[in-house]
Amino acid sequence: MASSSALESAGPGRPWNDPAAEPYIRIERVSKSFADFVAVDDVSLNIYRSELFCLLGGSGCGKTTLLRMLAGFEEPSSGKIFIDGLDMSGIPPYERPVNMMFQSYALFPHMTVDQNVGFGLQMENRSRSEIADRVAHMLKLVRLSEFGKRKPDQLSGGQRQRVALARALIKQPKLLLLDEPLGALDRKLREHTQFELVNLQEDLGVTFVVVTHDQEEAMTLSSRIGVMDHGKIVQVGTPQEIYESPRSRFVAEFVGSVNLFAGQLTASEPDRLRITCPELEQPVHVDVDESSVAAPLTALWVAIRPEKIQLSVQPPQAAANWTRGLVKEIAYQGNLSVLLIRLPSGKTVRVTRPNVWRHEEESITWEQEVYLHWHASSPLVVSA
Amino acid sequence: MSGRTAVIALPYLWLLLFFVIPFVIVLKISFSETQIAMPPYQPLLQWAGERLADIRLNVNFGNFLYLFEDRLYLLALVNSLQVATVSTLLALLIGYPLAYAIARSDPRWRGILLMLVILPFWTSFLLRVYAWIGILKNNGLLNNFLLWLGVIDQPIVMLQTDFATYLGIVYCYLPFMVMPLYANLEKMDVTLLEAAEDLGCRPLRAFASITLPLSLPGVVAGCMLVFIPAVGEYVIPALLGPSDSLMIGKVLWTEFFNNRDWPVASAVAIVLLLILVAPIMYFQRAQGRESGGRR
Repeated sequence: MASSSALESAGPGRPWNDPAAEPYIRIERVSKSFADFVAVDDVSLNIYRSELFCLLGGSGCGKTTLLRMLAGFEEPSSGKIFIDGLDMSGIPPYERPVNMMFQSYALFPHMTVDQNVGFGLQMENRSRSEIADRVAHMLKLVRLSEFGKRKPDQLSGGQRQRVALARALIKQPKLLLLDEPLGALDRKLREHTQFELVNLQEDLGVTFVVVTHDQEEAMTLSSRIGVMDHGKIVQVGTPQEIYESPRSRFVAEFVGSVNLFAGQLTASEPDRLRITCPELEQPVHVDVDESSVAAPLTALWVAIRPEKIQLSVQPPQAAANWTRGLVKEIAYQGNLSVLLIRLPSGKTVRVTRPNVWRHEEESITWEQEVYLHWHASSPLVVSA
Repeated sequence: MSGRTAVIALPYLWLLLFFVIPFVIVLKISFSETQIAMPPYQPLLQWAGERLADIRLNVNFGNFLYLFEDRLYLLALVNSLQVATVSTLLALLIGYPLAYAIARSDPRWRGILLMLVILPFWTSFLLRVYAWIGILKNNGLLNNFLLWLGVIDQPIVMLQTDFATYLGIVYCYLPFMVMPLYANLEKMDVTLLEAAEDLGCRPLRAFASITLPLSLPGVVAGCMLVFIPAVGEYVIPALLGPSDSLMIGKVLWTEFFNNRDWPVASAVAIVLLLILVAPIMYFQRAQGRESGGRR
């Protein structure tokens, strides 16, 4: 949040802060309903050239429908989509300057890897030798040169994902749509592939729009995230903005984990609020800047991320915000430990501690009384 | 005997009783000689285990040789294969769009549409073929309708023509073409077509390069289900076709009932079976290779 003023500036990598920048994709008040169900509800969104934009949301939030409208598989019920300044209304998928990587990869099972990757060029009636050259180049890029003669079912999940990527990129689209690109991969492979995808995107300068339900994936990949809920975009921002300055309780809870306390505003100074929370022993002090308060100050939630709470065995000296608690659970996860701490009010608070030392000196164990304290700049005030 | 073994044994027992044993009996008859007696062929062997070795000594190849000496059988066979091939292609031409339309229709309608395809089976096969006589004969429904319309001024001879044979076979076996095609097309992943379109493929070309090759197993299954019974078809050509039509099924009937030459009739049946088994084995091996490579 200290850096939030820096985020306002329109640097070279941040075209969304530059009012003069021409968006590559302009989604204007787009809605889509199926029978009596509204999948996408009045969404307006600008996505800029060479961005890696993530649409993040739970299942049924409308993110995939929005993506399919960009690809041309669905027509908006109302509103317009512009890609590179062109109105896409009524333009079929095969005439759009867009390629898509499907969640199931949708590789053609009766074709070899070579034929799959070359399919897009074959549709443009390119010469045989040109197709062969570009397929070889693409397969080299995704490190599958050895596998050109195989059929999709002779490949592992990760290899199939890369074939799908190569097939979607071979026509050198200006815009690549990716539907849960890493969904079918196991954890280790996901992490590896995430960075590969980002590198590839940066090398090729293609605009990526990624749909995912995995907030970790969205955080790692994107330049900006659009969080969706019930067909609406509830917040758009960089991963840091989304995580550190969520504008609603939904975003705070959906992205990362968070401790929420219902409260009421009891005192307001120009740069500091005092909020009384029934579940905490004493009022919470919150440093105010424009990024930490996103709510009309009536029904409030104080949100504190688990890693922003510190623990000590002794009462803290200077901290303005503190409370007591009893350690109920400790989950050791190697790089960090997750502690569940019961407050006197009965509320359970989640705290994460990095395991900096191999042997903790001031060790905290089960059923121990500890003090939880946090800096006044750490909590956020969000609406319900 | 455990329940598991019983479950596995049951279908084998069924096949043994109603396929293998009758086949062996027919095979046995085909190697014997006719005689005017009851049964009308000379005993080849008795069902005694220790005399099984004698079969080779008593084998009479005469019936099979006879089939190749008389051109009638060869002509009937070629004619049957031709009728079956043309009928199968016609059924495919009609059945594919039908199956495709049902597979892509609203899921709420699919059950009803499939039901309509199967519905004719609820009426006797013979009755349905007879009904066509009423439609096709010179003063039948169709001719009267065309006369009434003024399209023709005298009845067209349709009954007892090759046209009627093809019509009858295609009509009767169409559901056997539609069902496997539907099963195949219905389970096809539609996102494959979306992927093709996304890569710049127009719908018609997507059909040719994605749907059609992926539906080939269904095409093969449907064609086999129509072709095989059509080759041996007896009732439809006998009722609707020209009286001089040479169909192997009809020849078999004549040999068996009119000439009471059971051995030659059996030999015809065995040759027919061998001719049909070859393509079945070929396709099965081709499909086996396909699915083997898929894994």
